[in-house]
Amino acid sequence: MRGLVVKAISVAGVASLALTACGGNDDSSSGSGGDNKVQVFTWWADGGEKAGLDGLVSQFQKDCSQYSFENAAVAGGAGANAKQVLANNLSAGDPPSTFQAHAGKELQDYITNGQVDDISGLYKEFGLDQAFPQSLLDNLTVDGKIYSVPANVHRANVVWANPAVLKRASIDGTKAPASVDAWIADLTKLKAAGVAAPLAVSKGFAQEMLMETTLLAELGPDKFTGLFNGQTDPAGGDVTAALSKYRTLLTFTNADREAIDWPDALGYVNSGKAGYTLMGDWVAAQQVADKVPDSAYTYWPAPGTDGEFQFLADSFTLPTNGKAAEGTKCWLRVVGSAEGQKAFNTTKGSIPARSDASPADYPKYQQAAMADWKQDKIVPSCAHGSACTLGQNESIQSAISQFSGSPDVAKLQSALATALKSS
Amino acid sequence: MYGRFRTWGPGLLVLLPTIGLLGYFVYGLIGATLNTSLTAQHAARRGSYPYVGFENYANLFAEERFLNSLKNLGVLTVAFIVGTLIFGLLWALLLEKGVPGESIFRSVYLFPMAISMIASGVVWGWLMNPSTGDDARGINRLFHLLHLGFLENSWWSGTSRWTNMLAIALPAIWQLSGYIMALFLAGFRGIPPELREAARVDGASEFKLYRHVLFPQLSPIALSALIILGHMSLKLFDLIYAIAGPSQFRTEVPSVYMWNTLLRSDMAKAAAIAIVLLAVVAVLVIPYVAYTVRQESAER
Repeated sequence: MRGLVVKAISVAGVASLALTACGGNDDSSSGSGGDNKVQVFTWWADGGEKAGLDGLVSQFQKDCSQYSFENAAVAGGAGANAKQVLANNLSAGDPPSTFQAHAGKELQDYITNGQVDDISGLYKEFGLDQAFPQSLLDNLTVDGKIYSVPANVHRANVVWANPAVLKRASIDGTKAPASVDAWIADLTKLKAAGVAAPLAVSKGFAQEMLMETTLLAELGPDKFTGLFNGQTDPAGGDVTAALSKYRTLLTFTNADREAIDWPDALGYVNSGKAGYTLMGDWVAAQQVADKVPDSAYTYWPAPGTDGEFQFLADSFTLPTNGKAAEGTKCWLRVVGSAEGQKAFNTTKGSIPARSDASPADYPKYQQAAMADWKQDKIVPSCAHGSACTLGQNESIQSAISQFSGSPDVAKLQSALATALKSS
Repeated sequence: MYGRFRTWGPGLLVLLPTIGLLGYFVYGLIGATLNTSLTAQHAARRGSYPYVGFENYANLFAEERFLNSLKNLGVLTVAFIVGTLIFGLLWALLLEKGVPGESIFRSVYLFPMAISMIASGVVWGWLMNPSTGDDARGINRLFHLLHLGFLENSWWSGTSRWTNMLAIALPAIWQLSGYIMALFLAGFRGIPPELREAARVDGASEFKLYRHVLFPQLSPIALSALIILGHMSLKLFDLIYAIAGPSQFRTEVPSVYMWNTLLRSDMAKAAAIAIVLLAVVAVLVIPYVAYTVRQESAER
């Protein structure tokens, strides 16, 4: 009997908690005194990403103490769920104060739809046009205007290898193969040495990244960037040759590539089932979180892309008619500031977009990446929105999943050409 | 005048809110969707866009991706309906014969329906892992441990449309068979025992009893089951999305394609896909509605 009463009370308690939680939400959206609340929409809900956001927030509370931060994060990798929620809110005319988006072409839809404001003026005001490297500014600029402030920079063209596996075919895991062909030769050796699927790859964007880096390696940085701005013909013979090599690479990959996600593919490498996986440098943070010792893995730029830094950047926007515009500007100032970038990136495992950051503040991998960021040629990535719009990216991913089932190079190439011509 | 109003007036007043709500939220919005599908609104921004007639539809039917999604849908629907009807009828027959503990079996078969498709889709996605051999996981692992290696397969991520969509239909069949069983069981129970007795007295064998006496009585139920399953299959989205994710060419059906198109702010194209989907459902449902209306008026 007593147990029952306790149960009933606890249920009532939980219910009232839920009710007050709802009430709280209603309050904030109805905007009573909402002018001071900066609602920040991200997909950073847990792990290192959440820790990075927390770092930014504590800096924001220090520098912009007259405003308060409101977290509007929607969980889900690479923003898979968040982008849908955001699209709904934006088309309903209810934008957050600021939202996270990949810097570059991915903002195009929001620009076309008139949902984000030009913030070139803020760049001058905050001195960001001096703090960010020129090549990054070029990649952010659309028709002479800039629409977002990057909080960090990630590198996409990195291969992670397990030297113990490579040893089985007497391959030196510390050195990158000089070209895609040399890599294919190594993969062939590994297969002969009994590693059934030496290259681990996962679904969707991971396959797209593999295709992209193959194109980058074979075409070179200028022709590769040209694919996305109309300078390079995607129907050309050199693209055909590169895609054929991508097809060859796929034959060395795991059969369950459509069913797994990138951490699983990384797990195949760590467990010795595969020798390599290609993935962005957020892997470094994952390896640290999984307590994989430094000696158990090596990393280098994807074969044939040495000296090229394929970047992606998470950035924050100023939505048109957003709430608390002044507070949002203060948020953007913090995001672009040296202190804000340090607070964010040391925990998220990325590198700061500013060129004046001190490498000594960062862990081992990031120090190397920061050096490369300064000296390498910066190229954009389609899979991560710096080179493609959301729509182009979606079409390409569909074509890639079709190719993974029935590898027809001509079909993939024509789908690629069609996608890049669309918006 | 007043007298006539008293006959139909109260009924109309009671129905009025429903008519208003349905009129706006169902038929009004179908109209709005149809309208959008005829414009060039290839962005989310509101405003006036020029009308382009049936251009969006023409483009759709010239597109390999859309035709692929329609073919996938066809295979899925056939596999789903046939599979569910077979299992539903089989279970209903077994229970109808009177097994001990019938209520337990009935609940066991019905339970899967209580799980939302998105949740069962996530779990079935794990179960249908395409790895084989020593790396096998999920159901393939089970086959491997039982030395039934020849049964291991790539499930939905193979190269054949038939096996891919059959694998997608499998969880749906698992979820809905219990429901169809309940329908058929109710049908069996609704047949008066006198009919069976009469048939037995006339010397009909058990097979003949089912074939000529019981099954014909079930045909209205079979028809309803067919319609329910058919329109569920055509609208199936959550299960496929949970198993295969977005932008997966191999398992894409129009509803998933519509979602992907909507997310990239191509409103006109998404609306056109929605209207095509509505037309396909209508082809299935309208004859059924016409049939039942005629049936009911005949009974009156």
